[in-house]
Amino acid sequence: MLGEGIIKGMAETARNFVGSYVTKDRLTTVQYPEERLPQHQAARNFPFLVFDGKDPELGLRCVACQICEKECPPQCIYIVKSKDKKPDHIGKPQFYPAVFDIDTSVCMSCQICVEVCPFEAIKMDTEYELSTTDRFDQLLMRKADLAKSNEYYQQIHPTEASEVDARLNAEKAKAEAKAKAEAEAKAKAAALKAAAPQAAPLAGKT
Amino acid sequence: MSNALDQIFVTLKHAIVAWFPASWQGLVSALITVAAIIAVFAGLFALTTILERKGLGRIQNRLGPNRVGPFGLLQPVADGLKAMTKEDIVPRAADHIVHFLAPLALVVPVFLALAVVPIGRNMAAIDIDAGLLFFFAVGAATELSVFMAGWSSRNKYSLLGAMRAIAQMISYEVPLILSAVTVVMMVGSLSPVKIVAAQAPDGWMPGWHLFTPWGFAGFLLFLTAATAESNRSPFDLPEGESEIIAGYYIEYSGFKFALFFLGEYIGLFAVSGLAITLFLGGWHAPFAFLEWVPSYAWFFGKLLGLIALFIWIRGTLPRLRMDQLMNFAWKFMLPMSLVNLVTAGVWHFMGAGVARWLVCGVLVAGPYFVLGRSLFEGQKLSKRTYRYAD
Repeated sequence: MLGEGIIKGMAETARNFVGSYVTKDRLTTVQYPEERLPQHQAARNFPFLVFDGKDPELGLRCVACQICEKECPPQCIYIVKSKDKKPDHIGKPQFYPAVFDIDTSVCMSCQICVEVCPFEAIKMDTEYELSTTDRFDQLLMRKADLAKSNEYYQQIHPTEASEVDARLNAEKAKAEAKAKAEAEAKAKAAALKAAAPQAAPLAGKT
Repeated sequence: MSNALDQIFVTLKHAIVAWFPASWQGLVSALITVAAIIAVFAGLFALTTILERKGLGRIQNRLGPNRVGPFGLLQPVADGLKAMTKEDIVPRAADHIVHFLAPLALVVPVFLALAVVPIGRNMAAIDIDAGLLFFFAVGAATELSVFMAGWSSRNKYSLLGAMRAIAQMISYEVPLILSAVTVVMMVGSLSPVKIVAAQAPDGWMPGWHLFTPWGFAGFLLFLTAATAESNRSPFDLPEGESEIIAGYYIEYSGFKFALFFLGEYIGLFAVSGLAITLFLGGWHAPFAFLEWVPSYAWFFGKLLGLIALFIWIRGTLPRLRMDQLMNFAWKFMLPMSLVNLVTAGVWHFMGAGVARWLVCGVLVAGPYFVLGRSLFEGQKLSKRTYRYAD
Protein backbone atom coordinates (compact mmCIF):
# COMPACT_ATOMS: atom_id res chain seq x y z
CA MET A 1 0.00 0.00 0.00
CA LEU A 2 1.15 3.50 -0.79
CA GLY A 3 2.48 5.29 2.26
CA GLU A 4 3.16 2.17 4.31
CA GLY A 5 6.90 2.49 3.91
CA ILE A 6 6.78 6.18 4.77
CA ILE A 7 5.03 5.47 8.06
CA LYS A 8 7.51 2.71 8.87
CA GLY A 9 10.40 5.03 8.13
CA MET A 10 8.91 7.85 10.17
CA ALA A 11 8.48 5.47 13.12
CA GLU A 12 12.13 4.45 12.81
CA THR A 13 13.41 8.02 12.80
CA ALA A 14 11.11 8.90 15.70
CA ARG A 15 12.60 5.97 17.63
CA ASN A 16 16.07 7.29 16.90
CA PHE A 17 15.10 10.81 17.91
CA VAL A 18 13.62 9.78 21.25
CA GLY A 19 16.24 7.10 21.82
CA SER A 20 19.07 9.62 21.49
CA TYR A 21 17.70 11.40 24.55
CA VAL A 22 17.05 8.21 26.53
CA THR A 23 19.96 5.87 25.82
CA LYS A 24 23.35 7.52 25.94
CA ASP A 25 24.96 4.61 24.07
CA ARG A 26 23.29 5.71 20.86
CA LEU A 27 25.31 8.89 20.71
CA THR A 28 28.76 8.06 19.41
CA THR A 29 29.94 11.67 19.40
CA VAL A 30 33.03 12.40 21.49
CA GLN A 31 32.99 16.07 22.40
CA TYR A 32 36.70 16.41 21.79
CA PRO A 33 38.31 19.13 23.88
CA GLU A 34 36.33 18.12 26.97
CA GLU A 35 36.04 14.39 26.33
CA ARG A 36 38.84 12.21 24.99
CA LEU A 37 38.99 8.60 24.01
CA PRO A 38 41.86 6.63 25.60
CA GLN A 39 44.75 6.33 23.18
CA HIS A 40 45.36 2.99 21.59
CA GLN A 41 48.64 1.33 22.60
CA ALA A 42 49.74 1.07 18.99
CA ALA A 43 49.14 4.76 18.38
CA ARG A 44 52.22 6.65 17.25
CA ASN A 45 52.80 10.20 16.27
CA PHE A 46 56.22 11.68 16.86
CA PRO A 47 59.46 10.34 18.35
CA PHE A 48 60.77 11.18 21.81
CA LEU A 49 63.92 10.28 23.76
CA VAL A 50 63.65 7.97 26.76
CA PHE A 51 65.61 8.63 29.94
CA ASP A 52 65.88 6.46 33.04
CA GLY A 53 65.59 7.79 36.54
CA LYS A 54 64.88 11.36 37.44
CA ASP A 55 67.43 13.46 35.59
CA PRO A 56 66.83 13.80 31.82
CA GLU A 57 70.48 14.75 31.25
CA LEU A 58 72.08 11.91 33.17
CA GLY A 59 69.58 9.18 32.41
CA LEU A 60 69.27 9.74 28.67
CA ARG A 61 69.70 6.39 26.92
CA CYS A 62 70.86 7.98 23.67
CA VAL A 63 74.57 7.47 23.00
CA ALA A 64 74.68 9.79 19.96
CA CYS A 65 75.55 6.94 17.58
CA GLN A 66 73.74 8.92 14.85
CA ILE A 67 72.19 5.85 13.19
CA CYS A 68 68.73 7.40 13.35
CA GLU A 69 70.06 10.64 11.88
CA LYS A 70 71.46 8.71 8.92
CA GLU A 71 68.41 6.50 8.46
CA CYS A 72 65.73 9.19 8.81
CA PRO A 73 64.09 9.40 5.35
CA PRO A 74 63.09 13.07 5.51
CA GLN A 75 66.32 13.99 7.38
CA CYS A 76 64.54 15.68 10.26
CA ILE A 77 67.01 14.63 13.00
CA TYR A 78 70.11 16.68 13.83
CA ILE A 79 72.65 15.34 16.35
CA VAL A 80 75.93 16.76 17.66
CA LYS A 81 78.06 14.21 19.53
CA SER A 82 79.52 15.19 22.88
CA LYS A 83 83.27 15.47 23.45
CA ASP A 84 83.27 13.73 26.85
CA LYS A 85 81.60 10.52 28.00
CA LYS A 86 79.14 9.61 30.72
CA PRO A 87 78.23 6.16 32.08
CA ASP A 88 75.12 4.51 30.56
CA HIS A 89 72.67 2.25 32.39
CA ILE A 90 75.17 -0.57 32.74
CA GLY A 91 77.88 1.81 33.79
CA LYS A 92 79.82 1.72 30.55
CA PRO A 93 81.17 5.18 29.55
CA GLN A 94 79.38 6.38 26.40
CA PHE A 95 79.06 9.51 24.34
CA TYR A 96 75.85 11.48 24.70
CA PRO A 97 74.12 13.95 22.35
CA ALA A 98 75.16 17.52 23.01
CA VAL A 99 72.42 18.62 20.61
CA PHE A 100 69.43 16.51 19.56
CA ASP A 101 66.84 18.29 17.41
CA ILE A 102 63.83 16.91 15.55
CA ASP A 103 61.82 19.10 13.24
CA THR A 104 58.12 18.33 13.75
CA SER A 105 57.15 19.92 10.47
CA VAL A 106 59.45 17.56 8.57
CA CYS A 107 58.95 14.32 10.52
CA MET A 108 56.64 11.88 8.76
CA SER A 109 56.07 9.57 11.76
CA CYS A 110 57.52 6.56 9.94
CA GLN A 111 59.06 5.06 13.10
CA ILE A 112 62.26 4.07 11.22
CA CYS A 113 64.38 5.86 13.87
CA VAL A 114 62.79 3.61 16.47
CA GLU A 115 63.38 0.47 14.42
CA VAL A 116 67.08 1.16 13.90
CA CYS A 117 67.98 2.35 17.41
CA PRO A 118 70.13 -0.33 19.11
CA PHE A 119 69.86 1.34 22.53
CA GLU A 120 66.05 1.58 22.96
CA ALA A 121 66.65 5.29 23.29
CA ILE A 122 64.10 6.72 20.84
CA LYS A 123 60.43 5.74 20.91
CA MET A 124 57.16 6.96 19.40
CA ASP A 125 54.98 9.33 21.36
CA THR A 126 51.17 9.36 21.29
CA GLU A 127 50.88 13.08 21.87
CA TYR A 128 48.87 14.63 19.03
CA GLU A 129 48.19 18.20 20.08
CA LEU A 130 51.36 19.63 18.58
CA SER A 131 50.05 22.82 17.07
CA THR A 132 51.93 25.99 17.92
CA THR A 133 51.68 29.66 17.09
CA ASP A 134 55.20 29.84 15.66
CA ARG A 135 56.21 27.65 12.78
CA PHE A 136 59.99 28.00 13.15
CA ASP A 137 61.12 27.88 16.73
CA GLN A 138 58.33 25.94 18.38
CA LEU A 139 58.07 23.29 15.69
CA LEU A 140 61.75 22.42 16.16
CA MET A 141 61.87 20.14 19.21
CA ARG A 142 65.06 20.46 21.28
CA LYS A 143 66.65 17.79 23.45
CA ALA A 144 64.92 19.13 26.56
CA ASP A 145 61.49 18.94 24.82
CA LEU A 146 62.17 15.46 23.49
CA ALA A 147 63.42 13.84 26.71
CA LYS A 148 60.64 11.97 28.45
CA SER A 149 60.89 9.55 31.35
CA ASN A 150 60.68 5.78 31.16
CA GLU A 151 57.57 5.97 33.39
CA TYR A 152 55.86 7.99 30.68
CA TYR A 153 56.87 5.37 28.12
CA GLN A 154 55.45 2.67 30.38
CA GLN A 155 52.24 4.64 30.56
CA ILE A 156 51.64 5.12 26.83
CA HIS A 157 52.92 1.78 25.48
CA PRO A 158 52.73 -0.62 28.48
CA THR A 159 53.29 -3.89 26.60
CA GLU A 160 56.17 -2.67 24.49
CA ALA A 161 57.79 -0.81 27.38
CA SER A 162 57.79 -3.80 29.71
CA GLU A 163 59.41 -5.93 27.01
CA VAL A 164 62.09 -3.27 26.58
CA ASP A 165 62.56 -2.98 30.32
CA ALA A 166 62.90 -6.75 30.71
CA ARG A 167 65.52 -6.83 27.97
CA LEU A 168 67.46 -3.93 29.45
CA ASN A 169 67.29 -5.41 32.94
CA ALA A 170 68.54 -8.73 31.61
CA GLU A 171 71.42 -6.92 29.89
CA LYS A 172 72.16 -5.05 33.07
CA ALA A 173 72.05 -8.23 35.15
CA LYS A 174 74.34 -9.94 32.66
CA ALA A 175 76.73 -7.01 32.74
CA GLU A 176 76.60 -6.96 36.51
CA ALA A 177 77.22 -10.69 36.65
CA LYS A 178 80.10 -10.26 34.25
CA ALA A 179 81.48 -7.38 36.27
CA LYS A 180 81.11 -9.43 39.40
CA ALA A 181 82.84 -12.39 37.80
CA GLU A 182 85.57 -10.09 36.58
CA ALA A 183 85.82 -8.53 39.98
CA GLU A 184 86.02 -11.97 41.54
CA ALA A 185 88.61 -13.02 39.00
CA LYS A 186 90.50 -9.84 39.76
CA ALA A 187 90.18 -10.45 43.45
CA LYS A 188 91.41 -13.98 42.96
CA ALA A 189 94.29 -12.72 40.89
CA ALA A 190 94.97 -10.14 43.55
CA ALA A 191 94.81 -12.83 46.20
CA LEU A 192 97.17 -14.94 44.17
CA LYS A 193 99.37 -11.96 43.76
CA ALA A 194 99.11 -11.31 47.46
CA ALA A 195 100.05 -14.90 48.14
CA ALA A 196 102.87 -14.80 45.64
CA PRO A 197 104.97 -11.95 47.11
CA GLN A 198 106.77 -14.30 49.46
CA ALA A 199 108.27 -16.03 46.51
CA ALA A 200 108.19 -13.12 44.17
CA PRO A 201 110.69 -10.80 45.81
CA LEU A 202 113.17 -13.46 45.48
CA ALA A 203 112.31 -14.04 41.97
CA GLY A 204 112.24 -10.27 41.47
CA LYS A 205 115.59 -9.83 42.82
CA THR A 206 117.10 -12.61 40.91
CA MET B 1 -8.73 39.34 30.87
CA SER B 2 -8.21 36.60 28.34
CA ASN B 3 -9.73 38.81 25.69
CA ALA B 4 -7.31 41.62 26.53
CA LEU B 5 -4.37 39.21 26.28
CA ASP B 6 -5.72 37.89 23.01
CA GLN B 7 -5.97 41.36 21.51
CA ILE B 8 -2.86 42.83 23.16
CA PHE B 9 -0.95 43.32 19.90
CA VAL B 10 -3.97 44.84 18.15
CA THR B 11 -4.62 47.33 20.95
CA LEU B 12 -0.91 48.14 21.15
CA LYS B 13 -0.84 48.94 17.46
CA HIS B 14 -3.94 51.13 17.76
CA ALA B 15 -2.40 52.95 20.71
CA ILE B 16 0.80 53.68 18.77
CA VAL B 17 -1.08 54.74 15.65
CA ALA B 18 -3.27 57.12 17.70
CA TRP B 19 -0.14 59.17 18.54
CA PHE B 20 0.25 60.24 14.92
CA PRO B 21 -1.77 62.86 13.00
CA ALA B 22 -4.72 61.45 11.07
CA SER B 23 -3.11 61.84 7.67
CA TRP B 24 -0.15 59.65 8.76
CA GLN B 25 -2.11 56.94 10.49
CA GLY B 26 -2.60 54.70 7.47
CA LEU B 27 1.11 54.67 6.64
CA VAL B 28 2.22 54.16 10.25
CA SER B 29 -0.23 51.30 10.73
CA ALA B 30 1.05 49.58 7.59
CA LEU B 31 4.69 50.09 8.60
CA ILE B 32 4.12 48.63 12.07
CA THR B 33 2.42 45.58 10.60
CA VAL B 34 5.16 45.02 8.05
CA ALA B 35 7.91 45.46 10.64
CA ALA B 36 6.19 43.04 13.01
CA ILE B 37 5.73 40.37 10.33
CA ILE B 38 9.31 40.67 9.12
CA ALA B 39 10.73 40.60 12.65
CA VAL B 40 8.61 37.69 13.88
CA PHE B 41 9.03 35.46 10.86
CA ALA B 42 12.73 36.22 10.45
CA GLY B 43 13.14 35.30 14.12
CA LEU B 44 11.19 32.14 13.52
CA PHE B 45 13.51 31.41 10.59
CA ALA B 46 16.51 31.70 12.89
CA LEU B 47 14.85 29.41 15.42
CA THR B 48 13.90 26.90 12.72
CA THR B 49 17.44 26.61 11.38
CA ILE B 50 18.78 25.63 14.80
CA LEU B 51 15.81 23.35 15.56
CA GLU B 52 16.22 21.67 12.19
CA ARG B 53 19.92 21.05 12.69
CA LYS B 54 19.41 19.74 16.21
CA GLY B 55 16.42 17.63 15.21
CA LEU B 56 18.15 16.10 12.21
CA GLY B 57 21.15 15.43 14.43
CA ARG B 58 19.06 13.59 16.98
CA ILE B 59 17.34 11.59 14.24
CA GLN B 60 20.81 10.50 13.11
CA ASN B 61 21.94 9.90 16.71
CA ARG B 62 24.18 12.94 16.72
CA LEU B 63 24.18 15.87 19.11
CA GLY B 64 23.75 18.66 16.62
CA PRO B 65 25.27 22.13 17.08
CA ASN B 66 25.88 22.80 20.78
CA ARG B 67 28.92 25.07 20.88
CA VAL B 68 27.62 28.61 20.38
CA GLY B 69 25.73 29.88 23.39
CA PRO B 70 23.67 27.74 25.79
CA PHE B 71 22.69 24.50 24.01
CA GLY B 72 23.97 26.06 20.77
CA LEU B 73 21.01 28.44 20.64
CA LEU B 74 23.15 31.30 19.35
CA GLN B 75 24.21 29.27 16.32
CA PRO B 76 21.92 31.25 13.95
CA VAL B 77 23.70 34.45 15.03
CA ALA B 78 27.06 32.92 14.19
CA ASP B 79 25.69 31.66 10.87
CA GLY B 80 24.32 35.09 10.03
CA LEU B 81 27.62 36.79 10.87
CA LYS B 82 29.45 34.25 8.74
CA ALA B 83 27.12 34.82 5.81
CA MET B 84 27.54 38.59 6.08
CA THR B 85 31.32 38.54 6.26
CA LYS B 86 31.72 36.17 3.32
CA GLU B 87 32.88 37.46 -0.02
CA ASP B 88 30.07 38.07 -2.48
CA ILE B 89 31.21 36.52 -5.73
CA VAL B 90 29.43 37.17 -9.01
CA PRO B 91 30.64 35.08 -11.98
CA ARG B 92 32.18 37.17 -14.74
CA ALA B 93 29.86 35.75 -17.39
CA ALA B 94 26.76 36.16 -15.23
CA ASP B 95 23.98 38.59 -16.00
CA HIS B 96 24.77 40.92 -13.11
CA ILE B 97 21.44 42.67 -12.78
CA VAL B 98 19.32 39.52 -12.89
CA HIS B 99 21.80 37.72 -10.65
CA PHE B 100 21.43 40.52 -8.10
CA LEU B 101 17.64 40.68 -8.35
CA ALA B 102 16.91 36.95 -8.07
CA PRO B 103 17.19 36.61 -4.26
CA LEU B 104 15.11 39.75 -3.79
CA ALA B 105 12.50 38.39 -6.19
CA LEU B 106 12.25 35.37 -3.90
CA VAL B 107 12.15 37.10 -0.53
CA VAL B 108 9.67 39.87 -1.39
CA PRO B 109 6.83 37.64 -2.69
CA VAL B 110 7.06 35.15 0.19
CA PHE B 111 6.75 37.98 2.71
CA LEU B 112 3.86 39.37 0.66
CA ALA B 113 2.18 35.97 0.80
CA LEU B 114 2.36 36.08 4.61
CA ALA B 115 0.32 39.27 4.58
CA VAL B 116 -2.98 37.52 3.94
CA VAL B 117 -2.47 34.72 6.48
CA PRO B 118 -4.45 35.48 9.65
CA ILE B 119 -2.06 34.84 12.53
CA GLY B 120 -4.61 35.63 15.24
CA ARG B 121 -8.02 37.09 15.89
CA ASN B 122 -8.17 40.41 13.96
CA MET B 123 -4.52 39.86 13.13
CA ALA B 124 -4.43 39.43 9.36
CA ALA B 125 -2.16 42.10 7.90
CA ILE B 126 -4.51 42.69 4.98
CA ASP B 127 -8.00 41.26 4.92
CA ILE B 128 -8.97 41.09 1.26
CA ASP B 129 -11.84 39.10 -0.20
CA ALA B 130 -9.65 37.30 -2.72
CA GLY B 131 -6.90 36.59 -0.16
CA LEU B 132 -6.39 33.01 -1.27
CA LEU B 133 -6.06 34.08 -4.88
CA PHE B 134 -3.54 36.73 -3.84
CA PHE B 135 -1.56 34.10 -1.93
CA PHE B 136 -1.29 31.74 -4.89
CA ALA B 137 -0.58 34.55 -7.34
CA VAL B 138 2.25 35.88 -5.20
CA GLY B 139 3.47 32.40 -4.36
CA ALA B 140 3.80 31.60 -8.06
CA ALA B 141 6.25 34.50 -8.39
CA THR B 142 8.89 32.47 -6.57
CA GLU B 143 9.20 30.30 -9.68
CA LEU B 144 10.33 33.36 -11.58
CA SER B 145 13.07 34.07 -9.05
CA VAL B 146 14.30 30.49 -9.20
CA PHE B 147 14.59 30.64 -12.94
CA MET B 148 16.20 34.08 -12.78
CA ALA B 149 18.84 32.66 -10.44
CA GLY B 150 19.44 29.60 -12.60
CA TRP B 151 19.60 31.46 -15.89
CA SER B 152 21.64 34.47 -14.83
CA SER B 153 24.38 32.39 -13.18
CA ARG B 154 25.61 31.10 -16.56
CA ASN B 155 26.24 27.71 -15.08
CA LYS B 156 25.01 24.41 -16.47
CA TYR B 157 24.21 22.99 -13.08
CA SER B 158 22.37 26.16 -12.11
CA LEU B 159 20.28 25.99 -15.24
CA LEU B 160 19.57 22.29 -14.77
CA GLY B 161 18.50 22.94 -11.18
CA ALA B 162 16.29 25.82 -12.23
CA MET B 163 14.67 23.74 -14.96
CA ARG B 164 14.01 20.95 -12.51
CA ALA B 165 12.60 23.46 -10.07
CA ILE B 166 10.25 24.97 -12.65
CA ALA B 167 9.03 21.57 -13.79
CA GLN B 168 8.48 20.49 -10.22
CA MET B 169 6.84 23.67 -8.97
CA ILE B 170 4.44 23.95 -11.89
CA SER B 171 3.49 20.28 -11.59
CA TYR B 172 2.78 20.55 -7.89
CA GLU B 173 1.07 23.92 -8.11
CA VAL B 174 -1.93 22.15 -9.68
CA PRO B 175 -2.72 19.75 -6.79
CA LEU B 176 -1.81 22.49 -4.30
CA ILE B 177 -4.46 24.81 -5.65
CA LEU B 178 -6.99 22.07 -6.35
CA SER B 179 -6.80 20.80 -2.78
CA ALA B 180 -7.25 24.37 -1.53
CA VAL B 181 -10.24 24.79 -3.83
CA THR B 182 -12.18 22.15 -1.88
CA VAL B 183 -12.08 24.43 1.15
CA VAL B 184 -13.17 27.40 -0.96
CA MET B 185 -16.09 25.32 -2.23
CA MET B 186 -17.19 24.36 1.25
CA VAL B 187 -16.77 27.77 2.86
CA GLY B 188 -17.93 29.72 -0.16
CA SER B 189 -15.29 32.39 0.22
CA LEU B 190 -11.76 33.13 -0.92
CA SER B 191 -11.04 35.22 2.15
CA PRO B 192 -8.69 33.49 4.63
CA VAL B 193 -10.37 35.32 7.51
CA LYS B 194 -13.78 33.89 6.56
CA ILE B 195 -12.26 30.44 6.07
CA VAL B 196 -10.87 30.55 9.61
CA ALA B 197 -14.19 31.83 10.96
CA ALA B 198 -15.94 28.84 9.39
CA GLN B 199 -13.77 26.47 11.48
CA ALA B 200 -14.75 27.79 14.91
CA PRO B 201 -15.13 25.02 17.51
CA ASP B 202 -18.70 23.85 17.92
CA GLY B 203 -19.05 22.84 21.57
CA TRP B 204 -17.17 19.57 22.01
CA MET B 205 -16.57 19.14 18.29
CA PRO B 206 -13.55 20.77 16.69
CA GLY B 207 -14.62 22.56 13.56
CA TRP B 208 -11.36 21.92 11.73
CA HIS B 209 -11.67 20.84 8.14
CA LEU B 210 -9.06 18.20 8.91
CA PHE B 211 -11.71 16.12 10.66
CA THR B 212 -13.76 15.46 7.55
CA PRO B 213 -12.89 12.88 4.87
CA TRP B 214 -12.34 15.50 2.16
CA GLY B 215 -10.47 17.73 4.57
CA PHE B 216 -8.18 14.91 5.68
CA ALA B 217 -7.36 13.93 2.11
CA GLY B 218 -7.09 17.59 1.15
CA PHE B 219 -4.69 18.29 4.02
CA LEU B 220 -2.39 15.42 3.08
CA LEU B 221 -2.45 16.43 -0.58
CA PHE B 222 -1.85 20.06 0.33
CA LEU B 223 1.02 19.16 2.66
CA THR B 224 2.68 16.95 0.03
CA ALA B 225 2.29 19.62 -2.63
CA ALA B 226 3.54 22.26 -0.18
CA THR B 227 6.66 20.19 0.50
CA ALA B 228 7.32 20.02 -3.22
CA GLU B 229 6.47 23.68 -3.68
CA SER B 230 8.98 24.80 -1.06
CA ASN B 231 11.68 22.47 -2.49
CA ARG B 232 12.07 20.53 0.71
CA SER B 233 13.16 16.94 1.12
CA PRO B 234 12.06 14.48 -0.31
CA PHE B 235 11.28 16.82 -3.20
CA ASP B 236 14.58 18.74 -3.06
CA LEU B 237 15.69 17.75 -6.54
CA PRO B 238 16.37 21.33 -7.67
CA GLU B 239 19.23 21.52 -5.19
CA GLY B 240 20.21 17.85 -5.08
CA GLU B 241 23.79 18.05 -3.83
CA SER B 242 24.76 14.64 -5.08
CA GLU B 243 23.54 15.25 -8.63
CA ILE B 244 23.76 18.94 -9.50
CA ILE B 245 25.82 20.30 -6.57
CA ALA B 246 23.37 22.91 -5.28
CA GLY B 247 21.18 23.65 -8.28
CA TYR B 248 20.37 27.30 -8.81
CA TYR B 249 22.22 28.21 -5.58
CA ILE B 250 25.66 27.34 -6.94
CA GLU B 251 26.85 30.78 -7.97
CA TYR B 252 25.47 32.48 -4.88
CA SER B 253 27.61 33.15 -1.83
CA GLY B 254 27.52 35.28 1.27
CA PHE B 255 24.41 37.21 2.07
CA LYS B 256 22.67 36.52 -1.24
CA PHE B 257 22.78 32.85 -0.43
CA ALA B 258 21.47 33.62 3.05
CA LEU B 259 18.60 35.55 1.43
CA PHE B 260 17.74 32.53 -0.72
CA PHE B 261 17.80 30.38 2.35
CA LEU B 262 15.59 32.86 4.19
CA GLY B 263 13.18 33.03 1.26
CA GLU B 264 12.90 29.27 1.15
CA TYR B 265 12.06 29.03 4.84
CA ILE B 266 9.68 32.00 4.84
CA GLY B 267 7.95 30.34 1.89
CA LEU B 268 7.65 27.20 3.97
CA PHE B 269 6.14 29.20 6.84
CA ALA B 270 3.71 30.93 4.48
CA VAL B 271 2.51 27.69 2.94
CA SER B 272 2.31 26.03 6.37
CA GLY B 273 0.34 29.04 7.60
CA LEU B 274 -2.03 28.59 4.72
CA ALA B 275 -2.38 24.88 5.50
CA ILE B 276 -3.26 25.85 9.07
CA THR B 277 -5.75 28.43 7.80
CA LEU B 278 -7.38 26.03 5.38
CA PHE B 279 -7.44 22.77 7.28
CA LEU B 280 -6.25 23.12 10.88
CA GLY B 281 -8.70 25.76 12.03
CA GLY B 282 -6.38 28.75 11.73
CA TRP B 283 -5.99 30.49 15.07
CA HIS B 284 -8.97 28.64 16.56
CA ALA B 285 -8.54 26.30 19.47
CA PRO B 286 -9.65 22.71 18.82
CA PHE B 287 -12.24 22.87 21.62
CA ALA B 288 -14.33 25.75 22.91
CA PHE B 289 -13.05 25.40 26.50
CA LEU B 290 -9.49 26.03 25.28
CA GLU B 291 -10.36 29.39 23.77
CA TRP B 292 -8.77 31.23 26.71
CA VAL B 293 -5.35 30.54 25.20
CA PRO B 294 -4.51 33.54 22.97
CA SER B 295 -5.28 32.99 19.31
CA TYR B 296 -1.75 33.80 18.10
CA ALA B 297 -0.38 31.19 20.49
CA TRP B 298 -2.56 28.59 18.78
CA PHE B 299 -1.42 29.73 15.36
CA PHE B 300 2.27 29.66 16.19
CA GLY B 301 1.91 26.40 18.10
CA LYS B 302 0.38 24.79 15.05
CA LEU B 303 3.05 26.37 12.84
CA LEU B 304 5.85 24.97 15.01
CA GLY B 305 4.11 21.59 14.90
CA LEU B 306 4.03 21.64 11.12
CA ILE B 307 7.66 22.75 11.00
CA ALA B 308 8.57 19.82 13.25
CA LEU B 309 6.69 17.54 10.87
CA PHE B 310 8.62 18.94 7.90
CA ILE B 311 11.92 18.42 9.75
CA TRP B 312 10.88 14.89 10.64
CA ILE B 313 10.02 14.14 7.02
CA ARG B 314 13.35 15.60 5.91
CA GLY B 315 15.17 13.37 8.35
CA THR B 316 13.35 10.29 7.10
CA LEU B 317 12.77 10.23 3.36
CA PRO B 318 15.42 9.95 0.65
CA ARG B 319 15.27 12.20 -2.40
CA LEU B 320 12.98 11.11 -5.24
CA ARG B 321 14.11 10.58 -8.79
CA MET B 322 12.86 13.02 -11.44
CA ASP B 323 10.55 10.51 -13.16
CA GLN B 324 9.17 9.33 -9.81
CA LEU B 325 8.47 12.95 -8.91
CA MET B 326 6.58 13.60 -12.13
CA ASN B 327 4.71 10.29 -12.01
CA PHE B 328 3.62 11.05 -8.49
CA ALA B 329 2.43 14.53 -9.40
CA TRP B 330 0.46 13.67 -12.51
CA LYS B 331 -0.61 10.07 -11.89
CA PHE B 332 -1.46 10.30 -8.21
CA MET B 333 -1.71 13.84 -6.86
CA LEU B 334 -3.74 15.32 -9.70
CA PRO B 335 -6.41 12.58 -9.99
CA MET B 336 -6.59 12.33 -6.22
CA SER B 337 -7.24 16.05 -5.82
CA LEU B 338 -9.84 15.97 -8.61
CA VAL B 339 -11.63 13.09 -6.89
CA ASN B 340 -11.38 15.07 -3.66
CA LEU B 341 -13.27 17.94 -5.29
CA VAL B 342 -16.12 15.52 -6.07
CA THR B 343 -15.95 14.17 -2.50
CA ALA B 344 -16.31 17.68 -1.11
CA GLY B 345 -19.35 18.24 -3.34
CA VAL B 346 -20.94 14.95 -2.23
CA TRP B 347 -20.26 15.85 1.41
CA HIS B 348 -21.94 19.22 0.91
CA PHE B 349 -25.10 17.91 -0.74
CA MET B 350 -25.69 14.74 1.31
CA GLY B 351 -26.56 16.55 4.51
CA ALA B 352 -25.46 15.58 8.01
CA GLY B 353 -25.54 11.94 9.02
CA VAL B 354 -23.57 8.71 9.15
CA ALA B 355 -24.28 7.97 5.47
CA ARG B 356 -22.15 10.82 4.15
CA TRP B 357 -19.23 9.77 6.33
CA LEU B 358 -19.40 6.29 4.82
CA VAL B 359 -19.81 7.48 1.23
CA CYS B 360 -17.13 10.14 1.47
CA GLY B 361 -14.80 7.76 3.33
CA VAL B 362 -15.10 5.29 0.46
CA LEU B 363 -14.67 8.10 -2.05
CA VAL B 364 -11.37 9.03 -0.41
CA ALA B 365 -10.01 5.58 0.45
CA GLY B 366 -11.02 3.83 -2.80
CA PRO B 367 -9.12 6.09 -5.21
CA TYR B 368 -6.21 6.15 -2.76
CA PHE B 369 -5.78 2.38 -2.97
CA VAL B 370 -6.42 2.20 -6.71
CA LEU B 371 -4.14 5.08 -7.62
CA GLY B 372 -1.52 4.01 -5.11
CA ARG B 373 -1.46 0.54 -6.62
CA SER B 374 -1.25 1.92 -10.14
CA LEU B 375 1.91 3.82 -9.15
CA PHE B 376 3.67 0.53 -8.49
CA GLU B 377 2.35 -1.12 -11.66
CA GLY B 378 4.97 -2.36 -14.03
CA GLN B 379 7.58 -2.06 -11.33
CA LYS B 380 9.41 -5.24 -10.64
CA LEU B 381 10.90 -4.95 -7.20
CA SER B 382 13.23 -7.83 -6.59
CA LYS B 383 16.51 -8.47 -4.94
CA ARG B 384 19.34 -7.21 -7.06
CA THR B 385 21.77 -9.91 -8.13
CA TYR B 386 25.38 -9.15 -8.81
CA ARG B 387 27.26 -11.07 -11.41
CA TYR B 388 30.78 -10.65 -10.07
CA ALA B 389 30.51 -9.24 -6.60
CA ASP B 390 28.79 -12.22 -4.96
